[in-house]
Amino acid sequence: MGNILSLYFRRKKRNMKIAWKKAKASKNCYLFILPYALLFTVFFILPICMSLVLSFTYYNVLEPAEFIGITNYKNLILADDVFLTAVKNTFVLAGIIGPVGYIASFLFAWLINELPRYLKAIAIVCFYAPSISGAAFTIWQMIFSNDAYGWVNSLIQEFGMDPVLWLSNPEYMLTVVVIVSLWMSLGSGFLAFVAGLQGVDRAQYEAAYVDGVKNRWQELWYITLPSMKPMLLFGAINSITAAFNVADVPELLCGFPSTDYAVHTVVSHLKDYGSLRFEMGYASAVATILFLAMLFCNKLVQALLRRVGN
Amino acid sequence: MSIIKRRQPNRSRAGDIGVYLVLIMFGSVMVLPLIYATCQAFKPLDEIYKFPPTILVRNPTLDNFSDLFVTMSQSWVPFTRYIFNTVFITAVGTVGQLLIASMGAYVLAKYDFPGGRKFFTLITTALMFNGYVTSIPSYLIMAKIGWVDSYLAAFVPAFAAPMGIFLMKQFMEGIPDALLEAAKIDGAKEWGIFTKIVMPNVKPAWLTLIIFSVQGLWNNPQSTYIYSEELKTLPYALQQITAGGVARAGAGAAVTLVMMIVPIGIFIFSESNILETMASSGIKD
Repeated sequence: MGNILSLYFRRKKRNMKIAWKKAKASKNCYLFILPYALLFTVFFILPICMSLVLSFTYYNVLEPAEFIGITNYKNLILADDVFLTAVKNTFVLAGIIGPVGYIASFLFAWLINELPRYLKAIAIVCFYAPSISGAAFTIWQMIFSNDAYGWVNSLIQEFGMDPVLWLSNPEYMLTVVVIVSLWMSLGSGFLAFVAGLQGVDRAQYEAAYVDGVKNRWQELWYITLPSMKPMLLFGAINSITAAFNVADVPELLCGFPSTDYAVHTVVSHLKDYGSLRFEMGYASAVATILFLAMLFCNKLVQALLRRVGN
Repeated sequence: MSIIKRRQPNRSRAGDIGVYLVLIMFGSVMVLPLIYATCQAFKPLDEIYKFPPTILVRNPTLDNFSDLFVTMSQSWVPFTRYIFNTVFITAVGTVGQLLIASMGAYVLAKYDFPGGRKFFTLITTALMFNGYVTSIPSYLIMAKIGWVDSYLAAFVPAFAAPMGIFLMKQFMEGIPDALLEAAKIDGAKEWGIFTKIVMPNVKPAWLTLIIFSVQGLWNNPQSTYIYSEELKTLPYALQQITAGGVARAGAGAAVTLVMMIVPIGIFIFSESNILETMASSGIKD
């Protein structure tokens, strides 16, 4: 037994030595990454770790945090009906906005890439402008406005239908939020795809044509997608974060809290406890659960992406 | 010469027409609300509340902008101060992030050093954590280092935004190793390789990063760490105006236009550069 242990430690020591040598040899690498690593640790890792710890406490910002074990998580899952509604809404929204937004981002980037240059430039601006224009989505508030001044309502009145309370009738609210979110969903992923598509080597396409690639779909699957893998991963992670963090759109359109919590999302719930009720510990627990759900999706998507082009 | 021409032999004409139809259809859906938003800013008040509502403006007026101007001139600190603050924070934040994230991304993408891969996983994991709950811990950290109520709190954290380094790393992976080897054999130093070979080759990536960064910083009211009126930003000042409701509906529409015009302008500028550079760079594996 002792023999095996000493062998284990000796091997461990040797591994450490090799690692140390390697680390010494790549001194320059550490110098390059040092400024980033430093800031990242202080402003991202440290606060995240603090929140993870806070999720096991009762913390109202004014008094010191008090350790209460897993009570927050227990209450969330067993006693908080609004949270369960929020989870359901978030999954519905993320399930639609995530995949549809991701596929649309790529599809539009790819189709636009087929255009001649000057048309390409115009098309990219048209498709990306909604995502970059900040709070311009508040314009949808006027389009779907509950009263007769709303653009959609005045349109359906022309056809003799009654105006609809788009933003306060739980029957329609989720649909409106999905439409507006999809409108904005050609986000960072789209732009990364556009830039990535520019970089695919032209010679590869010519070679593929000689090898018998007949149409644009085959070209897409065998050449374009495999050479875009790094950007596809970037876009996927962006879509996941965007889809799970939906909160601004429903809040601005339908109010906060929304009628019957019809478009209450996990992030809305988190903000509710964080900034209105000052229960930071509870809000941190909500964030941790959201974090775990996103990590799981991320693993799933990465596994799927590995199959692309095979 | 027709617009629709066959550029590649393995493209069907029907397919080309389909592409144009799909793009025109969805493109107009994307742009229509923005045109509406733009027109809204030039509408006189009676036209904003007209029934039935119209998209295009009938009697364009600049009243909303002069309204905005009048409201702004009554503000406590000169209005130009808000503009300066936002431009300053956006510019410094973007340049800093570009430099720091690119340096980190370069070694993460091109070298296999102990801890490198783990660190990258950490970065993508950090992207998944909702920034909202970390605001209190971040505030506590800012208070510890004494940056509360200073510009530093607004732009230094932006340097390390995980999105930037992630984007740069994904693009730098595409640079062929042979190119870097060749430069090393020619006697180039690490820093020289980074500035003279790596960066020019990923120009589309860093132009994209600039767009993301400007977009994020320009729209950020920065109200978490900054209290002094002299340090406050344009989005913050404009938020106060839109909070005015019906009475300020016109000025509010003007605000929306002002806020969206700058990021879109910068976007158009960098985007044409992205398309330009890629056509000319010819270095591949």
